[in-house]
Amino acid sequence: MGIGVRNYPFVMSIQLNNLTLTYERHPAVHHVTATIGQGDWLAVVGPNGAGKSTLLNAMAGLTTIDDGSIEGLSPNTVAYLPQQTQLDRCFPITVFELVVTGLWAKLGFFESLNKSQYEQCGDAISAVGLQGFERRMINTLSGGQLQRSLFARVLLQDQPVILLDEPFNAIDTKTLADLTQLIKQWHQHKRTVIMVTHDLDYIQEHCPQTLLLARDCIGYGATKEILTRENLEKARQHFEAFDKRANSCVQGAA
Amino acid sequence: MDALLSGPFSEYAFMQRALVGSLAVCVGAVPVGMFMTLRRMSLTGDAMAHAILPGAAIAYLLTGLSLIGLTLGGLVAGLVVAALAGWVARSTHLKEDTSLAAFYLISLALGVLVISLKRSNVDLFHVLFGNILALDNATLWLLASIGSVSLVLMALLYRPLVIECVDPSFLRCSGHASSTAHYGFLFLMVINLVAGFHALGTLMAIGIMILPAAASRFWAKTLDSLIITSVLIGFAGCYTGLLLSFYFDLPAGPAIVISLGVVYVISLIIGLNGGFLNQYYPKRHLTG
Repeated sequence: MGIGVRNYPFVMSIQLNNLTLTYERHPAVHHVTATIGQGDWLAVVGPNGAGKSTLLNAMAGLTTIDDGSIEGLSPNTVAYLPQQTQLDRCFPITVFELVVTGLWAKLGFFESLNKSQYEQCGDAISAVGLQGFERRMINTLSGGQLQRSLFARVLLQDQPVILLDEPFNAIDTKTLADLTQLIKQWHQHKRTVIMVTHDLDYIQEHCPQTLLLARDCIGYGATKEILTRENLEKARQHFEAFDKRANSCVQGAA
Repeated sequence: MDALLSGPFSEYAFMQRALVGSLAVCVGAVPVGMFMTLRRMSLTGDAMAHAILPGAAIAYLLTGLSLIGLTLGGLVAGLVVAALAGWVARSTHLKEDTSLAAFYLISLALGVLVISLKRSNVDLFHVLFGNILALDNATLWLLASIGSVSLVLMALLYRPLVIECVDPSFLRCSGHASSTAHYGFLFLMVINLVAGFHALGTLMAIGIMILPAAASRFWAKTLDSLIITSVLIGFAGCYTGLLLSFYFDLPAGPAIVISLGVVYVISLIIGLNGGFLNQYYPKRHLTG
């Protein structure tokens, strides 16, 4: 196991400074400020449409930032596992080929795999319990198996910050346990894990930090203090449809 | 039989040239066509071909039937449309097919407008149906050069292009390779269509890109075997088409495309990877 277990000795925290992300000028994430420490395991939770995926997209550098800033992240520090819908499952490549794209940032356009990288790929595939599936085409995989192979790709990317968007959708309990084990290892080795999920029990059991989002930040801090009944109720209440007649926001626009 | 199959090519120089030219087009265009079908852009190629047509027509008005003029005209029109469409697809919520359709229609309308203003009776026969049986040295060099450039560029772009097709957001959050792959691919599409229109004409050029790719999907599974199979199918179609054209006095472009079409239909029926026979007479399931 030489992969995904390297410690990151340098301190690197992520700052969200008064961050606003918009969809056609309507805020999807509104004036959120938070400091995420290196090695934190943060759950991002909130109702549908609360801006969770938008936030992760912005952290991965895929969305333009409307206002405020994100500090401490660059494309070469982030491994991002988006929701599966963006992946073309019909494309004719094998599990091994999909997983090995995790080394793209290292190998670039031409460099070929060396022996140890070849072994790393094998290790990553075993680590997610897919040994024997290397030569299977990805369109023959089940949803859970595909998700496992995407986790293997994240392992190979070997980045200090890992963004997971609803990684456990439609996943059986065995796979859930296996993948959680992987995340625990990342956490132990001081990688920052930020994950969107709706499973409150899971968060309470595993994630030390929680960001409760309903466009605005309802609460950020230790999970026990954030996932209270009042806060959850507040998130539900706070959340409403876009106001078509909303005026320009003046908060923090000095 | 041997004389029947190889005779025309050993006896007539124009047939040799036609074969070399069409094989050169295959080498470049078929792998590009493979990626077009995999990216669900099979019909977008048609739009691109229409975008190139006005450029070639305007060049014809300005320079006459000059190889360089027609090539540059087609390239410029195609690249401008491809670049604008690619830019819109990447920076707005419009998808690639819509943005391409919008720009090719503008380009086509401009072309028709310019031609009608000139009130000249443009003979676009060459651009529409190609010239494969009368390739001169310069055109042959052009086809071979485009095929070679295309092959090298495809090799350069292969990795990012595959990743971009499978999982575009993955590539986008690891650097600039995503736009390189996207624009590079559109560039490949345009230069191969320009090569195609010299050989087979704008409308038939798409056939050599899409049909071998579509047929190979019924035989091969992995990407590398798909590309090799489709290039071989392309070669076979060109060879057969030229022979048909020779013996039955048919226009060569359509004859090649029809040969490729026949291969496609046969593959559809007997292809081992999901062809009709394969579906209707499935083998008994395995034990595990």
